[in-house]
Amino acid sequence: MAHAHKLEIFRGLVKFKSNTQKIWGVLIFLTIITAVEVVLGIYKPEVLMGHVLGMKALNWIFIILTLVKAYYITWDFMHMRDETKALRRMVVWTAIFLILYLMFILLQEGGYVFDVYDNGYIKRDF
Amino acid sequence: MSTTVANTGTEVKTWGGGNEPLKASYGKMMMWFFIVSDALTFSGFLAAYGFSRFKFIDSWPIADEVFTHVPFLHGQELPMIYVAFMTFVLIMSSVTMVLAVDAGHHLNKAKVTIYMFLTIIGGLIFVGSQAWEWATFIQGDFGAVQTKGGNILQFVDAEGHRVALRDFVEVGEHERVQQERKNGIWFVKEGTLPTYTVEEVIHGLEKHENVLVRTQILNEHGHKTVLTRAESLKQLKANGKHVVEGANLKENEYGSPLFADFFFFITGFHGFHVFSGVIINIIIFFNVILGTYEKRKSYEMVEKVGLYWHFVDLVWVFVFTFFYLV
Repeated sequence: MAHAHKLEIFRGLVKFKSNTQKIWGVLIFLTIITAVEVVLGIYKPEVLMGHVLGMKALNWIFIILTLVKAYYITWDFMHMRDETKALRRMVVWTAIFLILYLMFILLQEGGYVFDVYDNGYIKRDF
Repeated sequence: MSTTVANTGTEVKTWGGGNEPLKASYGKMMMWFFIVSDALTFSGFLAAYGFSRFKFIDSWPIADEVFTHVPFLHGQELPMIYVAFMTFVLIMSSVTMVLAVDAGHHLNKAKVTIYMFLTIIGGLIFVGSQAWEWATFIQGDFGAVQTKGGNILQFVDAEGHRVALRDFVEVGEHERVQQERKNGIWFVKEGTLPTYTVEEVIHGLEKHENVLVRTQILNEHGHKTVLTRAESLKQLKANGKHVVEGANLKENEYGSPLFADFFFFITGFHGFHVFSGVIINIIIFFNVILGTYEKRKSYEMVEKVGLYWHFVDLVWVFVFTFFYLV
Protein backbone atom coordinates (compact mmCIF):
# COMPACT_ATOMS: atom_id res chain seq x y z
CA MET A 1 0.00 0.00 0.00
CA ALA A 2 2.72 2.39 1.01
CA HIS A 3 4.06 2.88 -2.48
CA ALA A 4 0.99 2.06 -4.53
CA HIS A 5 -0.15 5.63 -5.15
CA LYS A 6 -0.88 6.74 -8.66
CA LEU A 7 0.94 10.02 -9.07
CA GLU A 8 -0.55 11.40 -12.28
CA ILE A 9 -3.30 14.00 -12.42
CA PHE A 10 -5.05 15.67 -15.39
CA ARG A 11 -4.97 12.32 -17.27
CA GLY A 12 -1.20 12.08 -17.07
CA LEU A 13 -0.48 15.69 -18.02
CA VAL A 14 1.15 16.34 -14.65
CA LYS A 15 3.13 13.63 -12.92
CA PHE A 16 4.46 14.07 -9.41
CA LYS A 17 7.55 12.47 -7.92
CA SER A 18 6.04 11.58 -4.54
CA ASN A 19 2.65 11.40 -2.87
CA THR A 20 3.48 14.39 -0.67
CA GLN A 21 4.29 16.46 -3.71
CA LYS A 22 1.02 15.42 -5.34
CA ILE A 23 -0.92 16.57 -2.25
CA TRP A 24 0.62 20.06 -2.43
CA GLY A 25 0.02 20.16 -6.16
CA VAL A 26 -3.65 19.37 -5.70
CA LEU A 27 -3.90 21.97 -2.91
CA ILE A 28 -2.56 24.66 -5.25
CA PHE A 29 -5.06 23.61 -7.92
CA LEU A 30 -8.01 23.67 -5.47
CA THR A 31 -6.94 27.06 -4.10
CA ILE A 32 -6.83 28.54 -7.59
CA ILE A 33 -10.33 27.23 -8.32
CA THR A 34 -11.69 28.64 -5.04
CA ALA A 35 -10.04 32.00 -5.75
CA VAL A 36 -11.64 32.09 -9.22
CA GLU A 37 -15.04 31.31 -7.68
CA VAL A 38 -14.70 34.03 -5.05
CA VAL A 39 -13.58 36.68 -7.57
CA LEU A 40 -16.44 35.79 -9.92
CA GLY A 41 -18.83 35.77 -6.94
CA ILE A 42 -17.80 39.27 -5.86
CA TYR A 43 -17.64 40.99 -9.25
CA LYS A 44 -20.35 39.03 -11.06
CA PRO A 45 -19.26 40.00 -14.60
CA GLU A 46 -22.18 41.20 -16.71
CA VAL A 47 -21.06 38.97 -19.61
CA LEU A 48 -21.86 35.83 -17.61
CA MET A 49 -25.34 36.91 -16.55
CA GLY A 50 -27.00 35.59 -19.71
CA HIS A 51 -29.09 32.47 -19.44
CA VAL A 52 -27.74 29.17 -20.74
CA LEU A 53 -30.04 26.12 -20.55
CA GLY A 54 -32.42 27.83 -18.13
CA MET A 55 -29.77 29.04 -15.69
CA LYS A 56 -27.29 31.92 -15.51
CA ALA A 57 -23.98 31.10 -17.19
CA LEU A 58 -22.21 32.20 -13.99
CA ASN A 59 -24.12 29.61 -11.95
CA TRP A 60 -23.18 26.88 -14.43
CA ILE A 61 -19.53 27.89 -14.00
CA PHE A 62 -19.86 27.70 -10.21
CA ILE A 63 -21.46 24.25 -10.34
CA ILE A 64 -18.91 22.87 -12.79
CA LEU A 65 -15.98 24.24 -10.76
CA THR A 66 -17.53 22.69 -7.63
CA LEU A 67 -17.73 19.30 -9.29
CA VAL A 68 -14.10 19.63 -10.40
CA LYS A 69 -13.11 20.38 -6.79
CA ALA A 70 -15.18 17.45 -5.52
CA TYR A 71 -13.46 15.17 -8.03
CA TYR A 72 -9.96 16.06 -6.88
CA ILE A 73 -10.86 15.90 -3.17
CA THR A 74 -12.31 12.42 -3.63
CA TRP A 75 -9.72 11.11 -6.07
CA ASP A 76 -6.54 12.46 -4.48
CA PHE A 77 -7.26 13.31 -0.83
CA MET A 78 -9.52 10.31 -0.25
CA HIS A 79 -7.31 8.13 -2.49
CA MET A 80 -10.19 7.00 -4.69
CA ARG A 81 -7.64 6.90 -7.52
CA ASP A 82 -5.89 4.00 -5.81
CA GLU A 83 -8.98 1.91 -5.03
CA THR A 84 -10.23 -0.92 -7.24
CA LYS A 85 -12.61 -0.08 -10.05
CA ALA A 86 -15.44 -2.01 -8.34
CA LEU A 87 -15.25 -0.06 -5.07
CA ARG A 88 -15.00 3.21 -6.96
CA ARG A 89 -18.10 2.49 -9.02
CA MET A 90 -20.10 1.25 -6.05
CA VAL A 91 -19.51 4.49 -4.16
CA VAL A 92 -19.54 7.06 -6.95
CA TRP A 93 -22.26 5.77 -9.27
CA THR A 94 -24.70 5.05 -6.44
CA ALA A 95 -24.32 8.55 -5.03
CA ILE A 96 -24.41 10.31 -8.40
CA PHE A 97 -27.47 8.43 -9.65
CA LEU A 98 -29.52 8.99 -6.49
CA ILE A 99 -28.52 12.64 -6.13
CA LEU A 100 -29.29 13.50 -9.75
CA TYR A 101 -32.67 11.82 -9.40
CA LEU A 102 -33.51 13.72 -6.20
CA MET A 103 -32.32 17.05 -7.61
CA PHE A 104 -34.40 16.63 -10.75
CA ILE A 105 -37.59 15.68 -8.87
CA LEU A 106 -37.35 18.45 -6.26
CA LEU A 107 -36.26 21.28 -8.54
CA GLN A 108 -38.93 20.38 -11.09
CA GLU A 109 -41.54 20.36 -8.35
CA GLY A 110 -40.30 23.66 -6.87
CA GLY A 111 -40.52 25.32 -10.28
CA TYR A 112 -44.02 23.94 -10.71
CA VAL A 113 -45.19 25.32 -7.36
CA PHE A 114 -43.74 28.72 -8.30
CA ASP A 115 -45.68 28.71 -11.55
CA VAL A 116 -48.87 27.82 -9.74
CA TYR A 117 -48.44 30.83 -7.44
CA ASP A 118 -47.32 33.06 -10.29
CA ASN A 119 -50.24 32.25 -12.59
CA GLY A 120 -52.87 32.86 -9.95
CA TYR A 121 -53.17 29.27 -8.74
CA ILE A 122 -54.14 27.85 -12.11
CA LYS A 123 -51.54 25.85 -13.95
CA ARG A 124 -53.62 24.38 -16.77
CA ASP A 125 -57.04 25.60 -17.79
CA PHE A 126 -58.69 22.85 -19.81
CA MET B 1 -3.70 -5.04 2.33
CA SER B 2 -0.90 -6.73 4.18
CA THR B 3 -1.45 -4.45 7.15
CA THR B 4 -4.99 -5.41 8.09
CA VAL B 5 -5.64 -4.37 11.65
CA ALA B 6 -7.64 -7.35 12.88
CA ASN B 7 -6.70 -10.80 11.61
CA THR B 8 -9.38 -13.42 11.84
CA GLY B 9 -7.26 -16.41 10.95
CA THR B 10 -9.27 -17.07 7.81
CA GLU B 11 -7.01 -15.19 5.41
CA VAL B 12 -6.28 -18.14 3.15
CA LYS B 13 -9.74 -19.63 2.92
CA THR B 14 -11.62 -18.31 -0.13
CA TRP B 15 -15.08 -18.78 1.36
CA GLY B 16 -14.14 -18.07 4.96
CA GLY B 17 -14.11 -14.31 4.66
CA GLY B 18 -10.44 -14.13 3.85
CA ASN B 19 -10.97 -12.95 0.29
CA GLU B 20 -10.77 -9.23 -0.43
CA PRO B 21 -12.09 -8.65 -3.92
CA LEU B 22 -12.09 -4.88 -3.40
CA LYS B 23 -8.56 -4.86 -1.95
CA ALA B 24 -9.78 -2.75 0.94
CA SER B 25 -10.13 -3.71 4.59
CA TYR B 26 -13.56 -4.13 6.13
CA GLY B 27 -13.27 -0.93 8.18
CA LYS B 28 -12.28 1.22 5.24
CA MET B 29 -15.03 -0.14 3.06
CA MET B 30 -17.64 0.48 5.74
CA MET B 31 -16.37 4.04 6.12
CA TRP B 32 -16.91 4.49 2.38
CA PHE B 33 -20.45 3.13 2.59
CA PHE B 34 -21.21 5.35 5.58
CA ILE B 35 -19.95 8.31 3.55
CA VAL B 36 -22.27 7.40 0.67
CA SER B 37 -25.29 7.35 2.99
CA ASP B 38 -24.23 10.58 4.68
CA ALA B 39 -23.74 12.21 1.27
CA LEU B 40 -27.33 11.29 0.47
CA THR B 41 -28.53 12.94 3.69
CA PHE B 42 -26.71 16.15 2.82
CA SER B 43 -27.94 16.09 -0.76
CA GLY B 44 -31.46 15.66 0.63
CA PHE B 45 -31.00 18.90 2.59
CA LEU B 46 -29.47 20.76 -0.33
CA ALA B 47 -32.12 19.52 -2.75
CA ALA B 48 -34.83 20.65 -0.31
CA TYR B 49 -33.10 24.05 -0.21
CA GLY B 50 -33.22 24.07 -4.01
CA PHE B 51 -36.91 23.18 -3.91
CA SER B 52 -37.74 26.10 -1.60
CA ARG B 53 -35.62 28.44 -3.63
CA PHE B 54 -37.27 27.48 -6.90
CA LYS B 55 -40.62 27.86 -5.19
CA PHE B 56 -39.79 31.49 -4.27
CA ILE B 57 -37.41 32.12 -7.16
CA ASP B 58 -38.54 35.75 -7.62
CA SER B 59 -38.12 36.79 -3.97
CA TRP B 60 -35.22 34.77 -2.49
CA PRO B 61 -32.66 36.72 -0.39
CA ILE B 62 -29.35 37.59 -2.11
CA ALA B 63 -26.61 35.78 -0.16
CA ASP B 64 -24.06 38.49 -1.04
CA GLU B 65 -26.10 41.01 0.96
CA VAL B 66 -26.51 38.68 3.94
CA PHE B 67 -22.98 37.47 4.62
CA THR B 68 -20.91 40.64 4.35
CA HIS B 69 -19.11 40.67 7.68
CA VAL B 70 -15.52 39.90 8.57
CA PRO B 71 -14.40 39.77 12.23
CA PHE B 72 -12.60 42.92 13.47
CA LEU B 73 -13.63 44.87 10.38
CA HIS B 74 -16.82 46.51 11.57
CA GLY B 75 -19.09 48.31 9.19
CA GLN B 76 -17.27 47.28 6.04
CA GLU B 77 -19.15 45.44 3.35
CA LEU B 78 -16.96 42.52 2.35
CA PRO B 79 -19.16 39.83 0.84
CA MET B 80 -17.69 36.33 0.48
CA ILE B 81 -14.29 37.11 1.98
CA TYR B 82 -14.82 35.40 5.32
CA VAL B 83 -16.54 32.35 3.81
CA ALA B 84 -13.68 32.03 1.35
CA PHE B 85 -11.30 32.10 4.31
CA MET B 86 -13.31 29.36 6.05
CA THR B 87 -13.26 27.25 2.89
CA PHE B 88 -9.53 27.66 2.63
CA VAL B 89 -9.04 26.67 6.31
CA LEU B 90 -11.03 23.49 5.75
CA ILE B 91 -9.17 22.56 2.55
CA MET B 92 -5.89 23.26 4.34
CA SER B 93 -6.85 20.98 7.24
CA SER B 94 -7.76 18.35 4.64
CA VAL B 95 -4.24 18.66 3.28
CA THR B 96 -2.62 18.20 6.69
CA MET B 97 -4.88 15.16 7.13
CA VAL B 98 -3.65 13.52 3.89
CA LEU B 99 -0.11 14.33 4.93
CA ALA B 100 -0.79 12.54 8.25
CA VAL B 101 -2.14 9.51 6.34
CA ASP B 102 0.91 9.58 4.09
CA ALA B 103 3.26 9.77 7.08
CA GLY B 104 1.31 6.86 8.58
CA HIS B 105 2.09 4.74 5.54
CA HIS B 106 5.77 5.36 6.25
CA LEU B 107 5.20 4.53 9.96
CA ASN B 108 6.56 7.96 10.89
CA LYS B 109 5.00 8.59 14.30
CA ALA B 110 6.43 12.09 14.83
CA LYS B 111 5.09 13.40 11.53
CA VAL B 112 1.66 11.82 12.02
CA THR B 113 1.45 13.53 15.43
CA ILE B 114 2.27 16.98 14.03
CA TYR B 115 -0.08 16.71 11.08
CA MET B 116 -2.95 15.36 13.19
CA PHE B 117 -2.45 18.27 15.59
CA LEU B 118 -2.58 20.80 12.74
CA THR B 119 -5.73 19.14 11.39
CA ILE B 120 -7.43 19.49 14.76
CA ILE B 121 -6.46 23.18 14.96
CA GLY B 122 -7.86 23.77 11.47
CA GLY B 123 -11.12 22.09 12.43
CA LEU B 124 -11.43 24.22 15.57
CA ILE B 125 -10.82 27.44 13.62
CA PHE B 126 -13.55 26.41 11.19
CA VAL B 127 -16.12 25.57 13.89
CA GLY B 128 -15.29 28.82 15.69
CA SER B 129 -15.75 30.80 12.47
CA GLN B 130 -19.08 29.16 11.90
CA ALA B 131 -20.23 30.01 15.43
CA TRP B 132 -19.23 33.62 14.80
CA GLU B 133 -21.13 33.67 11.53
CA TRP B 134 -24.22 32.25 13.21
CA ALA B 135 -24.01 34.90 15.94
CA THR B 136 -23.72 37.69 13.35
CA PHE B 137 -26.63 36.28 11.35
CA ILE B 138 -28.86 35.91 14.44
CA GLN B 139 -28.03 39.40 15.65
CA GLY B 140 -28.88 40.93 12.30
CA ASP B 141 -27.76 44.08 10.65
CA PHE B 142 -30.23 46.68 9.40
CA GLY B 143 -33.58 45.56 10.79
CA ALA B 144 -36.78 45.35 8.74
CA VAL B 145 -40.56 45.38 9.02
CA GLN B 146 -42.62 42.26 8.45
CA THR B 147 -45.96 42.62 6.71
CA LYS B 148 -49.24 40.90 7.52
CA GLY B 149 -48.57 38.47 4.70
CA GLY B 150 -45.17 37.55 6.15
CA ASN B 151 -43.10 39.50 3.62
CA ILE B 152 -40.15 41.67 4.58
CA LEU B 153 -39.89 45.42 3.93
CA GLN B 154 -36.35 46.77 4.07
CA PHE B 155 -35.17 50.38 3.92
CA VAL B 156 -32.81 52.03 1.45
CA ASP B 157 -31.72 55.59 0.70
CA ALA B 158 -32.11 57.34 -2.67
CA GLU B 159 -28.93 55.70 -4.04
CA GLY B 160 -30.20 52.24 -3.11
CA HIS B 161 -27.84 51.69 -0.15
CA ARG B 162 -29.33 49.91 2.83
CA VAL B 163 -30.40 52.07 5.78
CA ALA B 164 -30.55 50.62 9.27
CA LEU B 165 -33.62 51.25 11.44
CA ARG B 166 -31.40 52.88 14.10
CA ASP B 167 -30.39 55.54 11.56
CA PHE B 168 -33.84 57.02 11.03
CA VAL B 169 -36.16 55.74 13.76
CA GLU B 170 -36.39 57.33 17.19
CA VAL B 171 -37.43 55.33 20.20
CA GLY B 172 -40.51 56.82 21.86
CA GLU B 173 -42.53 55.80 24.90
CA HIS B 174 -43.26 52.09 24.91
CA GLU B 175 -46.47 51.01 26.54
CA ARG B 176 -45.95 47.40 25.67
CA VAL B 177 -43.47 45.67 27.99
CA GLN B 178 -41.95 42.24 27.64
CA GLN B 179 -44.10 39.52 29.18
CA GLU B 180 -42.07 37.63 31.75
CA ARG B 181 -42.82 34.44 33.61
CA LYS B 182 -42.74 36.18 37.00
CA ASN B 183 -45.54 38.66 36.30
CA GLY B 184 -48.91 38.39 34.62
CA ILE B 185 -49.94 34.88 33.71
CA TRP B 186 -47.23 32.82 35.35
CA PHE B 187 -46.76 30.21 32.66
CA VAL B 188 -46.56 32.62 29.73
CA LYS B 189 -43.42 34.33 28.56
CA GLU B 190 -42.24 35.80 25.28
CA GLY B 191 -39.03 36.58 23.51
CA THR B 192 -37.26 39.92 23.56
CA LEU B 193 -39.36 42.69 22.07
CA PRO B 194 -37.93 44.58 19.09
CA THR B 195 -36.31 47.93 19.86
CA TYR B 196 -38.91 49.83 17.82
CA THR B 197 -42.62 49.58 17.17
CA VAL B 198 -44.12 49.82 13.70
CA GLU B 199 -45.61 53.25 14.56
CA GLU B 200 -42.15 54.57 15.39
CA VAL B 201 -40.83 53.26 12.08
CA ILE B 202 -43.71 54.98 10.25
CA HIS B 203 -42.89 58.27 12.06
CA GLY B 204 -39.23 57.88 11.15
CA LEU B 205 -40.06 57.25 7.51
CA GLU B 206 -42.36 60.30 7.39
CA LYS B 207 -39.62 62.51 8.82
CA HIS B 208 -36.81 61.30 6.56
CA GLU B 209 -37.60 62.24 2.99
CA ASN B 210 -34.79 60.25 1.41
CA VAL B 211 -35.64 56.84 2.89
CA LEU B 212 -37.51 54.37 0.68
CA VAL B 213 -38.96 50.90 1.17
CA ARG B 214 -37.44 47.94 -0.63
CA THR B 215 -39.51 44.79 -1.13
CA GLN B 216 -38.43 41.16 -1.48
CA ILE B 217 -39.40 40.93 -5.15
CA LEU B 218 -36.46 40.62 -7.56
CA ASN B 219 -36.68 42.58 -10.82
CA GLU B 220 -35.40 41.34 -14.18
CA HIS B 221 -31.83 42.44 -13.32
CA GLY B 222 -31.82 40.35 -10.14
CA HIS B 223 -32.09 43.39 -7.85
CA LYS B 224 -34.73 43.93 -5.18
CA THR B 225 -37.59 46.26 -6.11
CA VAL B 226 -37.45 49.75 -4.55
CA LEU B 227 -40.79 51.51 -4.09
CA THR B 228 -41.45 55.20 -4.68
CA ARG B 229 -41.82 57.55 -1.72
CA ALA B 230 -45.62 57.53 -1.83
CA GLU B 231 -45.85 53.78 -2.29
CA SER B 232 -43.33 53.24 0.52
CA LEU B 233 -45.48 55.09 3.06
CA LYS B 234 -48.65 53.47 1.80
CA GLN B 235 -47.21 49.96 1.91
CA LEU B 236 -45.74 50.39 5.39
CA LYS B 237 -48.90 51.92 6.85
CA ALA B 238 -51.26 49.42 5.25
CA ASN B 239 -49.32 46.19 5.82
CA GLY B 240 -46.54 46.72 8.39
CA LYS B 241 -47.14 44.34 11.27
CA HIS B 242 -44.02 44.14 13.37
CA VAL B 243 -40.34 44.98 13.46
CA VAL B 244 -37.83 42.20 12.81
CA GLU B 245 -34.24 42.46 13.98
CA GLY B 246 -31.93 39.62 13.03
CA ALA B 247 -32.93 36.10 12.14
CA ASN B 248 -34.29 33.03 13.85
CA LEU B 249 -36.34 30.01 12.81
CA LYS B 250 -39.59 32.01 12.69
CA GLU B 251 -38.62 35.32 11.13
CA ASN B 252 -35.71 36.70 9.19
CA GLU B 253 -34.91 40.33 8.43
CA TYR B 254 -33.10 39.34 5.23
CA GLY B 255 -36.18 37.89 3.56
CA SER B 256 -37.90 34.53 3.46
CA PRO B 257 -37.78 32.73 6.84
CA LEU B 258 -37.04 29.53 4.90
CA PHE B 259 -33.65 30.99 4.02
CA ALA B 260 -32.76 31.25 7.70
CA ASP B 261 -34.22 27.79 8.44
CA PHE B 262 -32.11 26.14 5.78
CA PHE B 263 -29.07 28.15 6.79
CA PHE B 264 -29.33 26.95 10.39
CA PHE B 265 -30.17 23.41 9.36
CA ILE B 266 -27.55 22.82 6.69
CA THR B 267 -24.60 24.71 8.16
CA GLY B 268 -25.62 23.40 11.59
CA PHE B 269 -25.63 19.80 10.41
CA HIS B 270 -22.32 20.36 8.66
CA GLY B 271 -20.88 22.13 11.72
CA PHE B 272 -21.98 19.17 13.82
CA HIS B 273 -20.05 16.89 11.46
CA VAL B 274 -16.96 19.08 11.78
CA PHE B 275 -17.33 19.09 15.55
CA SER B 276 -17.62 15.30 15.79
CA GLY B 277 -14.75 15.03 13.31
CA VAL B 278 -12.59 17.13 15.63
CA ILE B 279 -13.52 14.89 18.59
CA ILE B 280 -12.67 11.72 16.64
CA ASN B 281 -9.43 13.33 15.44
CA ILE B 282 -8.51 14.14 19.04
CA ILE B 283 -9.08 10.52 20.08
CA ILE B 284 -6.94 9.25 17.21
CA PHE B 285 -4.33 11.92 17.99
CA PHE B 286 -3.95 10.58 21.53
CA ASN B 287 -3.81 7.02 20.23
CA VAL B 288 -0.97 8.10 17.96
CA ILE B 289 0.89 9.70 20.87
CA LEU B 290 0.36 6.63 23.06
CA GLY B 291 1.85 4.49 20.30
CA THR B 292 -1.21 2.30 19.72
CA TYR B 293 -0.71 2.26 15.96
CA GLU B 294 3.05 1.99 16.33
CA LYS B 295 2.47 -1.34 18.13
CA ARG B 296 -0.01 -2.49 15.46
CA LYS B 297 2.50 -1.57 12.77
CA SER B 298 -0.41 0.02 10.94
CA TYR B 299 -1.83 3.52 10.86
CA GLU B 300 -5.02 2.48 9.08
CA MET B 301 -7.20 4.14 11.73
CA VAL B 302 -5.71 7.49 10.69
CA GLU B 303 -6.69 6.69 7.13
CA LYS B 304 -10.28 5.91 8.16
CA VAL B 305 -10.85 9.12 10.13
CA GLY B 306 -9.05 10.84 7.26
CA LEU B 307 -11.78 9.64 4.90
CA TYR B 308 -14.43 11.09 7.21
CA TRP B 309 -12.56 14.38 7.52
CA HIS B 310 -12.20 14.77 3.76
CA PHE B 311 -15.87 14.02 3.38
CA VAL B 312 -16.70 16.94 5.68
CA ASP B 313 -14.54 19.14 3.44
CA LEU B 314 -16.26 17.74 0.36
CA VAL B 315 -19.69 18.61 1.73
CA TRP B 316 -18.54 22.14 2.55
CA VAL B 317 -17.47 22.65 -1.06
CA PHE B 318 -21.10 22.05 -2.07
CA VAL B 319 -22.61 24.10 0.77
CA PHE B 320 -20.28 26.96 -0.20
CA THR B 321 -21.47 26.85 -3.79
CA PHE B 322 -25.18 26.46 -3.21
CA PHE B 323 -25.55 28.73 -0.20
CA TYR B 324 -23.11 31.53 -0.91
CA LEU B 325 -22.32 31.57 -4.62
CA VAL B 326 -25.26 30.47 -6.75
